[in-house]
Amino acid sequence: MTEIFGVPVQALLGQLMLGLVNGSFYAMLSLGLAVIFGLLGVVNFAHGAMYMLGAYVAWLGLDGVDLTHVQAGSQVLNLGIRFHFDFWTALLVGPLVVGLVGVVVEKLLLKRLYKLDPLYGLLLTFGLALIVQGVFLQFYGSSGQSYDTPEALSGALNLGFMILPKYRGFVILASLLVCFGTWFLIERTRLGALLRAGTENPSLVQAFGVNVPLMVTLTYAGGAALAGLAGVLAAPVIQVTPLMGSNLIIVVFAVVVIGGMGSIIGSIVTGLVLGVLEGLTRVFYPEASNVVVFFIMAIVLMIRPAGLFGKEK
Amino acid sequence: MSWLGHGTQRAGKIVWILALAFLLVVPFVGVYPIFVAQALCFAIFAIAFNLLLGYTGLLSFGHAAFFGGAAYVTAWLLQAQHLTPELAIVGGVLAAAAAGLVIGAIAIRRQGIYFAMVTLALAYMLSFFFLEAPFTGGENGLQGIERGKLFGLLSLENDLALYYFVLAVFVAVFLFVLRVVHSPYGQVLKAIRENEPRAISLGYNVDRYKLLAFVLSASLAGLGGALKVLVLHLATLQDVRWEQSGEVILMTLLGGLGTFAGPVVGAFTVVGLQNYLSDRAGSWTGVIIGCIFVLCVVAFRKGIVGELLAWQQRRAKKP
Repeated sequence: MTEIFGVPVQALLGQLMLGLVNGSFYAMLSLGLAVIFGLLGVVNFAHGAMYMLGAYVAWLGLDGVDLTHVQAGSQVLNLGIRFHFDFWTALLVGPLVVGLVGVVVEKLLLKRLYKLDPLYGLLLTFGLALIVQGVFLQFYGSSGQSYDTPEALSGALNLGFMILPKYRGFVILASLLVCFGTWFLIERTRLGALLRAGTENPSLVQAFGVNVPLMVTLTYAGGAALAGLAGVLAAPVIQVTPLMGSNLIIVVFAVVVIGGMGSIIGSIVTGLVLGVLEGLTRVFYPEASNVVVFFIMAIVLMIRPAGLFGKEK
Repeated sequence: MSWLGHGTQRAGKIVWILALAFLLVVPFVGVYPIFVAQALCFAIFAIAFNLLLGYTGLLSFGHAAFFGGAAYVTAWLLQAQHLTPELAIVGGVLAAAAAGLVIGAIAIRRQGIYFAMVTLALAYMLSFFFLEAPFTGGENGLQGIERGKLFGLLSLENDLALYYFVLAVFVAVFLFVLRVVHSPYGQVLKAIRENEPRAISLGYNVDRYKLLAFVLSASLAGLGGALKVLVLHLATLQDVRWEQSGEVILMTLLGGLGTFAGPVVGAFTVVGLQNYLSDRAGSWTGVIIGCIFVLCVVAFRKGIVGELLAWQQRRAKKP
């Protein structure tokens, strides 16, 4: 078997692939964070919780949600609803549910904070993350639930030089598609132009007759929906647990600091590259794979404090 | 100027003396001294955090690393190196100061929201270290730590002796921070909080001021963590996790950001609430803490002490 630096090529490619999968999640999440931060000036700490929520929607859908016998105190309610949906439906339902949660959060809470220091937005969403995580811990415990890979994507492709599990390939393609779709929407359409204008000067855009508050709500919901979609996509490759989001969000924050939140392409590229670097570290120096992203962050801060793609104010 | 914000006025002094008198007699009025001692440790932690956020305007989201890190080092020095408690505490505080110097030096390269994210990420990295390092006992942490004898003479296994030791340290920390905030150095910190570019243009080396504030705050946070080891006989992963960093933010915010009494009131409220809830609400405690957090940010940003101050000022304005 061929080897590079004493590591079998198969294992190396396998870890690279896994790194790309993780990188896809980093990219989708940091993209959502960047879009929200751009218009709202809020760093959404609840992004991890929304990712987790997406995964749970998928898992609950497959498991089946039965609301025909709901215990409410001593009474049994019959709501007459029974959900059951597969992975493909979850790809739609997950982002939709999480997006709706986003609408509620923005309308009810975040809206009150726009005139204040952006730190309050971070603190508010931190509290929200604690609540969501706590509620899910209460109902589902901290142990992981596994989600079966959809049948059409189970199995693996033999590419000749490596074996590629179909689902991993699908995740990478799907997230690339979503990321570049978002990029296209923001950089190449009229709606995106309004969004960018709103980021620069909201009151001027409002004066032109654009409904800026609605745009803000939809932006937050959109960013949340991206996190929800990432969660659905992640469900088959990781264990679904209430804590899956809080661990990831800190890594994604580091990714955002490295890339700088100024550019869409920057978030996507940084996310993917860091995923791959993490994968490589897992091959060559596994002990450091959990912390390599933070090391890179420290180095980038030393050399280029504004981040790789960020603009110095 | 009012009594809660300033310790200099006569009415203010009376309130503080009453509070101190209360803390001195607390063990004799039926309150469990270990509980109060624990709250005092968190109060030191919150005071340290307030020095950074309330007076310098820097939101660190990784302060648990210093609190919990110092706790681990102190516990290890006591258990494995058999040092006396005061030396173990000094060791813990020095470790926290060193960690603060490194993390602070990296984090102050960014401002505002990025500063918060960088401190969070670096502290998270440190929590991996404490999970994996050979001397920290992994998931279990270090347990059954003996308090030992202070200066080799006074046994702290006696809860009352321990309580008064912790109280003495707390009072010292409080007076120290009061002094720092009112010193010329503290005035520069407030200038940085209000308008950083202006402080720079006035010729202050802002980065050095911020770094010193960060190291001071990290060391004091470490002091709180080190004392907590003596009080509870253990050092655990929970103390270095990001949830703990969030908790100290809540204490400071709930009590009143940028006031002297705020962090103390906030720490006693949160620790008391947790004790009260852990029996009754069990694992819902986290959710309830989250709800208080959200409420605080949305509707109660001045905090308990801040609202009292505002109320007092409104009353003073009326003829």
